[in-house]
Amino acid sequence: MTPMPQQLLRHPVLWLALAGLAFPLIAGEFWVGTVAARVLIIGTMALSLTFLTSSAGLVSFAQAGVAGVAGYTLALLSPNITGVGMAVPWPLAVGAALVMGTLAGLLVGWVSVRSSGIYLLMITLAMSVSLFYLVSQNTEIFNGFDGINGLKPPELFGMDLRAPIPFYGMALAAAVLSAAAVMHLDRTPFGLQLHALRNAPRRVAALGFSTTLLRIAAFGIAGLIASVGGVLNTWFSGQMSPGAVDVHAAVNLLVVAVLGGIRHPLGAFLGAAAFVLLENYAASVIDRERFNLVIGAVFIVIVLFAKDGLIGLIQQLRAQIKPAWTGVCAKSGRKAV
Amino acid sequence: MSTPPILAVREASISFGAVRAVNGVSLALAPGERHALLGTNGAGKTTLFNAISGEVPLTSGGIAFKGSDISRLRPHQRARLGIGRTFQTSLTFADRSVEDNLRVAVMGRRGPRFGLRPWGAYRPQVEAARVSAARFGLDEVLAQPVGTLSYGQQRELEIAMALAGEPELLLMDEPAAGMSPQGRGRLVEILRGLPRSITMLFVEHDMDVALSLADRITVMRDGAVVAAGTPSDIRANPLVRELYLGGKH
Repeated sequence: MTPMPQQLLRHPVLWLALAGLAFPLIAGEFWVGTVAARVLIIGTMALSLTFLTSSAGLVSFAQAGVAGVAGYTLALLSPNITGVGMAVPWPLAVGAALVMGTLAGLLVGWVSVRSSGIYLLMITLAMSVSLFYLVSQNTEIFNGFDGINGLKPPELFGMDLRAPIPFYGMALAAAVLSAAAVMHLDRTPFGLQLHALRNAPRRVAALGFSTTLLRIAAFGIAGLIASVGGVLNTWFSGQMSPGAVDVHAAVNLLVVAVLGGIRHPLGAFLGAAAFVLLENYAASVIDRERFNLVIGAVFIVIVLFAKDGLIGLIQQLRAQIKPAWTGVCAKSGRKAV
Repeated sequence: MSTPPILAVREASISFGAVRAVNGVSLALAPGERHALLGTNGAGKTTLFNAISGEVPLTSGGIAFKGSDISRLRPHQRARLGIGRTFQTSLTFADRSVEDNLRVAVMGRRGPRFGLRPWGAYRPQVEAARVSAARFGLDEVLAQPVGTLSYGQQRELEIAMALAGEPELLLMDEPAAGMSPQGRGRLVEILRGLPRSITMLFVEHDMDVALSLADRITVMRDGAVVAAGTPSDIRANPLVRELYLGGKH
C-alpha cells in the first residue's frame, strides 16, 4: 500500500511541483507573478469542480460562488481602503475565509442533495446567481457593485507576499497541496465510497452508507479547495467584487475544467493554462473583445475531438509514442524506458 | 410460532396514486427461516421487497425488525441494523475491481464510512473483503473490474456484497435471474451452505430454486397474499397450481 519510489516518480502531482519549481528559472517576473500565478489560482478553483466530477460524478456551477464566499470573508476581515468590515489578524481572516467557503460548499451540497445531472447544474447555478445579486445589491456590507478594494496579502518574516516570486510560491504550494489531497482521497475508503456513489447509489444506501452525507461531504471538500483558490484570487487581484461571482466566472470554471480534462486532477491546471494563455494572446491576435469567441471555438474543438480534454490528448499521445519508442529501442538494442 | 419473528410485516399497503401495488400483506419470518415470495409479474413482490429494505414508503401498516418498528427508517439505517439485500439486476461498481466492490460492502456496516487514511490503515476491512471473496470463489478474480466478470460471477458478487456486511436478514430479489442451469445449481449450493444465523427472504421465479431453498413460501397475486405454507402445502394448493405452476406439474 505504501507507494514505491518508482511509483512516486510517476506521481503526476510531483511533476506539477517540479515543473512549478523550475518555471521561475526560465521565465521572467511577468510570466511568473502574473501569468503562472493566475494559472495556479484558476486551476485550484477548477480543481474543486474536477474533484466533484471525477470522484463522485457530481457537477456544480456554484464553485466560483463558493470561492467568492471565501474571498468576501477574507476581504471583510482584512484592512481595505473601502472601509467596510472589520480587520482581524491575517491568519484569523484566512482561517475564517476557508471555514466560510467550506460551509458554503456544504450548504450547496445540502440544498442540492436530491438533484442530479442537468437539475444539479440548474440548482447550483441558481445559488450562484443569488450570491451575485446579494453582493452586488447590498451596499452596507459588501459595498455593492464596486466591491472591496485595496486588499493585500500580509508580510511574512519581512517578505512581501505580493511580490511576484513569493506570491507565485504561495500559489504553487496551494495548488500542489490541493492536487495531492485530491489524488490522495481517491486512494482512501472515502474516495472509493464516493466512486461507488456515482456508480450505484441504491446499492451504496443498501450497504449502510448515508448517500446524503457522502454527497454533502464531497461538496464540503470541494468547497474547501475552491476557498483556497478564492483566498489567493482575492489577494491576486487586490479586490473582491461581484464580478468574481457572476455567471461569467461560473461558466469560466466549467470551461477550464472541461478544457483540461475533468477526469484527472491535473486537467484543471492544464485547462487553466490554456485559458490564461488564450486570454493573454487572443488580445494580440484578434480584438480583445473577441476572447470569448476564441475560447468558445477552442472549447468546441476540444469537446468534439478530445473527450477527456487536454490531459486526455496527452495520454493518447503518450500511448502512441510508447510503442513506437519501444520499437526504436528494440531495434537499437537499448532498453526501453 | 414459538420464537418471536425476526421480521414482521403487519397489514402493509403501498399505493402509487390510485394504484394499490400491495394490499394489506402480513408476513412473519422466524429467525433462521428461508422464506420465498412467489407470484406472477405485477403481484407486488418487488414493491413489498423495496418497502422492507426502505426504498419505498408504506402507505399504511408497519414493519418490525427484531421486535422494533423500522417502517420510518431510511434504507441505510435498516442496512446498519442488519438487513442486507441484493438487486434484481446487478448493482455493482462496474469499473472497479471485485476487491474494491467488496471493500465498500464490508465498510457499509462496520465502517469506516469516511475513512481518510490510506488503505494500509484498514487491514481488518481489507482482510474481510478478501475472505468474503474467497467464500464465493471470487478470490481468483479479485483484481478484475467487475464489468469483465461472467454473468454468473456478477450474480455471485451481488450476493457476496450483501453478505459482506454480515446481515441477520438477507433479502434477495431474484438471485438466480438469468443464470444458466449450472449457475443456478451452484448458487443454490452456496445459499444452502449459509449458516442459519442468517434469515432469508427471497423473490424467485424459478420454482425449482424456490422449492429447494425455502422452508416456507408466500404466494402473492394482485398485491395480496393468496397462499402461504411449506413447500409441500404450496405444491398441493390448487389455486397456486392453477395460478403459478400452470400446466407444468
